[in-house]
Amino acid sequence: MAQSLDQLKESASQTAGPYVHIGLTPNFCGIGGVYQSDLGSTMVNSETKGERIELRIRVLDGTGTPLKDALIEIWQADAGGLYNSPAELRGAADPNFQGWGRQPTDMETGVCLFQTIKPGRVPFRDGRLMAPHITLWIVARGINVGLHTRLYFSDEEKANAEDPILARIEHRLRVPTLIAERQGDTYLFDVHLQGEKETVFFDS
Amino acid sequence: MAEPGSNRAPETGAFFQRDRQWHPAAFTPNYKSSVLRSPQKALLSFDNTLSELTGPVFGHAMLGELDNDLIHNFARAGESAIGERIIVHGRVLDERGKGVPGVLLEFWQANAGGRYRHKKDGYLAPLDPNFGGCGRAITGEDGDYAFRTVRPGPYPWPNGPNDWRPAHIHFSVFGHGFAQRLITQMYFEGDPLIWRCPIVGGISNKAAVEALIAALDMQATIPMDALAYRFDIVLRGRRSTLFENRPEGN
Repeated sequence: MAQSLDQLKESASQTAGPYVHIGLTPNFCGIGGVYQSDLGSTMVNSETKGERIELRIRVLDGTGTPLKDALIEIWQADAGGLYNSPAELRGAADPNFQGWGRQPTDMETGVCLFQTIKPGRVPFRDGRLMAPHITLWIVARGINVGLHTRLYFSDEEKANAEDPILARIEHRLRVPTLIAERQGDTYLFDVHLQGEKETVFFDS
Repeated sequence: MAEPGSNRAPETGAFFQRDRQWHPAAFTPNYKSSVLRSPQKALLSFDNTLSELTGPVFGHAMLGELDNDLIHNFARAGESAIGERIIVHGRVLDERGKGVPGVLLEFWQANAGGRYRHKKDGYLAPLDPNFGGCGRAITGEDGDYAFRTVRPGPYPWPNGPNDWRPAHIHFSVFGHGFAQRLITQMYFEGDPLIWRCPIVGGISNKAAVEALIAALDMQATIPMDALAYRFDIVLRGRRSTLFENRPEGN
């Protein structure tokens, strides 16, 4: 026997369940007076640098029905491509942009809206630039482990074409599942949990 | 940027790969909701980029005085929630056994009768006017946290014809990188419902289930006031950056 590596195992994930709002967006589900506002509900202020955009996201199950009890968090770089995180060593991000947001899907329509800015490009591990993208993390009843994917932008064709992550997708017909469609200042993005148009999800 | 007031360089190594055999699978048909909500195609694997290595930071300033006291944070003045008063405490560690300081934990739960304060919960057990069911805390220097609450009751749910969730508290945990983001559930030592639950049963490894069961911790109780349970949470560890702190071209 060699020496023990003495490592722990990560706590196993469990579903967020249908009442995830109680903990993560209590004001949204009518539990007022505990927190001033729901964390992550506002991402930009008047000082935030960058192009204002709206994300309009739906999450669809295997029958094409929108989930009305999902919760989405997004994480993105600022307009200059810097993350507002201690692990960002390339410089200081825009102090008026945390880069993180959280929204529930609407209980009637299933639509989830984020008001944010378009992120700048961030380098891949080898220094090549990735295309502008936003990381999505999706939890809901019926989802045992939070799902990780990315939203890329339809008006960034050239950058998307050279993106190192998109380039790794063997089945090229699946690449468009990660690209949000621009309409004015809004990007429409449907996440398909399963089926023919299933979104590419990541293990990273 | 290092943490304010610290001369330690932030860790920048990639996170250990998730052991997807240890976590529940996406498709666990005894938990019926997972059937139509589970991806069927393989996940795309890649080593962490900056987008996964970085993550948001939450300051202690955002916390209200009662954020870690569910017995009182929704209660009318002078009143408190009904139920078995407990303290839940523990540490957030990474897989290398190091405490993870300064991370946000959020928790939510049903009241003592198993009823959630949510309009989609139609269970006939009544709401407690003094109990909301949400709380949060930020870990200390050693990764430690604590909150007090009432022990939640089990409740029935429309899955099988007679399925009951064990008593549980939901936990949402941030780490230092967004790749560590985790939601899980804490169960209580000795609850016979744990091993009958289809959501718990999605985890195939018994040791992985046991790691979600909080132990009764008599040493942390407050006599004549509250019992205590200890619940440690483990987040993904990260490689030491022995030879990778200057990736080419960066």
